[in-house]
Amino acid sequence: MKENIISINHVHFRYPGQTVYALKDVSLNVAKGEWLAIVGHNGSGKSTLAKMLNGLHYPEEGQVTICNFPLKDEFVWDIRRRLGMVFQNPDNQFVGTTVQDDVAFGLENNGIPHEVMVERVKASLQRVGMLDFLNQEPHHLSGGQKQRVAIAGVIALQPDIILLDEATSMLDPRGREEVLRTVRQLKEEQDLTVISITHDLEEASRADRIIVLNKGSVYREGTPEEIFQLNEELIKLGLDVPFPVKLSEILRLQDFEIASNYLSEEELVRELWTSNFKK
Amino acid sequence: MEKMIFGRYLPLQSPVHELDPRAKLLFIFGFVIVVFLANNILSYGILAVFTLLCIYLSRINIRFLLSGLKPVIWIIAFTFLLHIFLTKEGDLLFNIGFLKIYEGGVRQGAFISLRFLLLILVTSLLTLTTSPISITDGLESLLNPFKKLKLPVHELALMMSISLRFIPTLMDETDKIMKAQIARGADFSSGPIKERVKAVVPLLIPLFVSAFKRAEELAVAMEARGYRGGEGRTKYRLLHWQGKDSAALVLLLVLAALLWWARS
Repeated sequence: MKENIISINHVHFRYPGQTVYALKDVSLNVAKGEWLAIVGHNGSGKSTLAKMLNGLHYPEEGQVTICNFPLKDEFVWDIRRRLGMVFQNPDNQFVGTTVQDDVAFGLENNGIPHEVMVERVKASLQRVGMLDFLNQEPHHLSGGQKQRVAIAGVIALQPDIILLDEATSMLDPRGREEVLRTVRQLKEEQDLTVISITHDLEEASRADRIIVLNKGSVYREGTPEEIFQLNEELIKLGLDVPFPVKLSEILRLQDFEIASNYLSEEELVRELWTSNFKK
Repeated sequence: MEKMIFGRYLPLQSPVHELDPRAKLLFIFGFVIVVFLANNILSYGILAVFTLLCIYLSRINIRFLLSGLKPVIWIIAFTFLLHIFLTKEGDLLFNIGFLKIYEGGVRQGAFISLRFLLLILVTSLLTLTTSPISITDGLESLLNPFKKLKLPVHELALMMSISLRFIPTLMDETDKIMKAQIARGADFSSGPIKERVKAVVPLLIPLFVSAFKRAEELAVAMEARGYRGGEGRTKYRLLHWQGKDSAALVLLLVLAALLWWARS
């Protein structure tokens, strides 16, 4: 068993002035180095959970521990140093006037000395493939490029965890692929833990583990294969099942023999074009 | 709009571009005072030559600079006329019925207009040769002593740089909203002024709503990235005061001395 980098124990949370709990008795652990996807419909509490992990909300009851720091006022800045967050809207998290200023913003906040800062800005931009855009202004960049700059801003602080809060939902397919590829590559290069909060099951299907949230509680937990077996249930929860899973389900109804629910199109295509050989 | 030179930045390579923004700010501040020393033809001549020298050093095309002055020409002409008609000094030059033009009025008008013109030329050199973010850095650094008087210097500078960063974003957004409204039959470009002003309201409201939403999200993102005010922050952009920056200020002192000597 790998050690847990985040543990959440019986957490309850309500927004001020609300009677309904946004999070109800949520308990979950995140292992060091894993890629965890948290999925759920709008209002399932997934964004609330994301904000809690960054100390933007505090639990009403229960404990949250992140990188061995309990989620309390005195540790919130230590937690934010170790857990970097990429938000949904590429424009509304770009603080600097140019790419390099934006990457430097987090470093400036943490009082990193100038010489170290210059090196880290360059290195981080290099790693997300945006070094050539050093002096570009944000309005000359595409959504995917802006999100990659945001990721550079996060890794410049050398965090242990990257939290993607719907970071790809406003991007076109190409931008989405760009961002996910970058994150995957970074995760492989160093022992990063990735939590991606999304309602895109396609994105979630590449995670090591999926947690389905519904109405503020953990509904299911498992590997992508296990979760997609739930098919009908997921649709009832308002989640969109990935296209290959949907297609295999329909083909099965048409009496085609399909071994399992394939998560990627390639796997399904391979199954289909070889299916006649097996007879 | 393309012709406007105020607030525009021309990224060229020149000795003026390379100066420290603080030096340029101090220089402009000093220049605005020094200009008032001039009071005769010789001293105004010195000022004009000095200004031309500055423009030459900045490598900015003088025709570009002058064509950008068109919007202000009217104000200059107006002040000129005002002085001609209202100053009653010296010999009488013209007397057409109720209009009396005096020699003193013409001289005064010419001097004041020239002073105005030179001030505008030199100050627009500042924005033309310094990127807005450098001006912000320079201001922050110059205002630093005022922190003792509880002036929120860092916050002001951050506000300035964030505004600069969001200008194009909000421009794009305005454009989008405008097109959406035009697609639904709104008319921004014709009709009486009253109607046109009315048509702007459905443009401003969504713009404001989204600007507030952006501000809120930006604040959350900034906090998540560890922003907690100016305390304990380091700076990525550093300013370097060099010999040439001091030289620029010395040059200004020389100008002041010359003007002092030349004025009557």
